[in-house]
Amino acid sequence: MKILVCITHVPDTTSKINFTDNNTRFNTAGVQFIIGPYDDYSLARAIEIKEATPGATVTVLNVGPADTEPTIRKALSVGADDAVRINAEPTDSFFVAKQIAEHAKSIGYDLILMGRESIDYNSGVVHGIVGELLGWPSVSPVMKLDIEGTKAKLAREIEGGKEFLEVNLPFVAGCQEPIAEWKIPNMRGIMSARTKPLKVVEPVSVDSGVKLQQFELPPPKGAVKMIAADNVAELVTLLKNEAKVL
Amino acid sequence: MQLVAEDSLNIGFDETENQKMIAQMVKDFGEKEIRPKMMEWDETQEFPVEVFKKMGELGLMGVLVPEAYGGSGFGYLEYITAIIGISKIDGSIGLSLAAHNSLCTNHILQFASEEQKQHYLPKLATGEWIGAWGLTEPNTGSDAGNMRTVAVQDGDYYVINGAKNFITHGKSGNVAVVIVRTGERGDSHGMTAFIIEKGTPGFTSGKKENKLGMRASETAELIFTDCRVHKSQMIGSLGDGFVQALKVLDGGRISIAALSVGIAQGAYEAALAYSQQREQFNQAISKFQGISFKLAEMATKVEAAKLLTLRAGDLKNRGKSVTKESAMAKLYASEIAVEVANDAVQVFGGYGYIKDFPAEKYYRDAKLCTIGEGTSEIQKLVISRSLLK
Repeated sequence: MKILVCITHVPDTTSKINFTDNNTRFNTAGVQFIIGPYDDYSLARAIEIKEATPGATVTVLNVGPADTEPTIRKALSVGADDAVRINAEPTDSFFVAKQIAEHAKSIGYDLILMGRESIDYNSGVVHGIVGELLGWPSVSPVMKLDIEGTKAKLAREIEGGKEFLEVNLPFVAGCQEPIAEWKIPNMRGIMSARTKPLKVVEPVSVDSGVKLQQFELPPPKGAVKMIAADNVAELVTLLKNEAKVL
Repeated sequence: MQLVAEDSLNIGFDETENQKMIAQMVKDFGEKEIRPKMMEWDETQEFPVEVFKKMGELGLMGVLVPEAYGGSGFGYLEYITAIIGISKIDGSIGLSLAAHNSLCTNHILQFASEEQKQHYLPKLATGEWIGAWGLTEPNTGSDAGNMRTVAVQDGDYYVINGAKNFITHGKSGNVAVVIVRTGERGDSHGMTAFIIEKGTPGFTSGKKENKLGMRASETAELIFTDCRVHKSQMIGSLGDGFVQALKVLDGGRISIAALSVGIAQGAYEAALAYSQQREQFNQAISKFQGISFKLAEMATKVEAAKLLTLRAGDLKNRGKSVTKESAMAKLYASEIAVEVANDAVQVFGGYGYIKDFPAEKYYRDAKLCTIGEGTSEIQKLVISRSLLK
């Protein structure tokens, strides 16, 4: 079984976000990048499936420029077998999904896993678009995934409850916790990550309909006003006149 | 002597990709498995054996041991990175990790026979066994050459009587490398090293010490009462033990230097973060020069100590003598660890004195570093001897 895990290269969750070039570019200075946390869950599950399935392999894929390679090596250090980097700046969800789908067609995977969403742009649609482009089912957010022969049993979160599904391979899944626990690499994994194959592939051209114009930071959070529990009148006045929500 | 591949050598000491990954790995591990429980271990003096088993799974218990013996096969720079990373979070876990790797395991790695290596290293490098190392005795610390624990030959066996104290993992260790006297007192060739397994009749552990800091790292006494050890457990030849021990300590000092750098860096980073959050007189206290200059000094000391430590590690990787350089690194790093931890407590003010905040633990833990594996005074002796020879 061939599993493809698509990872994003995103700012650490504690990064301070700011922009340069007239608010048209994200300022990466001093920012530490990590594997997208949701992608990291999907990677951990893929490694578990691989370990339980003789002959299974895990390939990681990232759409990004050369500076995402340390993030890709991290994925190799926890147990992926090889990696593919599509050498392009990821401009929008369709662009990324198209690159993934084209690569998947050329190889023929049984399963494509990724996070339910990235944590930079959080669009959460790439898995759906990849499924559509390949003509495969896609499911998200998947919290449990077990392979049984040519089928998989999944559990996913839906409004107000859980849904249990059975899907035929191949399919695409957007994953989230508690599908697996994040894996910490061991020293041997770190050493072998350097020598595992990392193939760089040029992107297919995509007629992208999206153009980024400008970033804007949310307004800073104001101070919190504490109101005594029995002072309803003041709460209403403040909601009306200051917060202007009533 | 530990030689590594050319690409592991790093003159500028910029972090390599491997070091960055190791730093991240030990941080992820430490935040998950150590930080949540470390104050409880500190309070109760619990030595958390299961943490060391997990570090074994990660390859941290045999960083320098070649892969052929079940280790990770890295060099000293990666080892230093790992020790710093763990010690930034908890010095006592860093100390135990350093002692296991650089004393017991490294003594066997450097001087034991092929058969002994094959038998012991895989167990130690994977964390299946925890190692102890015994040189110090109640009456002979720096003056180890005058040790009183004696081994007397009886056929194929040596009968050992005496006691070793201040031994890291003295109770929980599964195996100990112990240096005992087999010749005349004060004769540097009158001592021999033996590998002694837990459970050997006549080999027991004594009192566990109640310490100022490093409280999760177990320190206890080893007691030998007519303990019969087969000659096959001897490391190297009769009379080699003391010379081996001094060489082991040359590398061990790099460990304690890295431990010191980790504690200092942890204390500095805690003070840096706190100074930017804590407001007095309507501004963050980091805006006051009294604090910002202190932070500048702390950061400079940490950086200098780290460079000395990496420099010693690099020489060790190249198979060069590190006696002077490792003593310099250990002396400076341990002294600044105490200073920086002291400054961190001061930056935290009243909160630096209470256990709900991190500064006081660094302060207590740091002091071990100027004492263990050779006091600062002994380091000066080692350094000055090599300057004046």
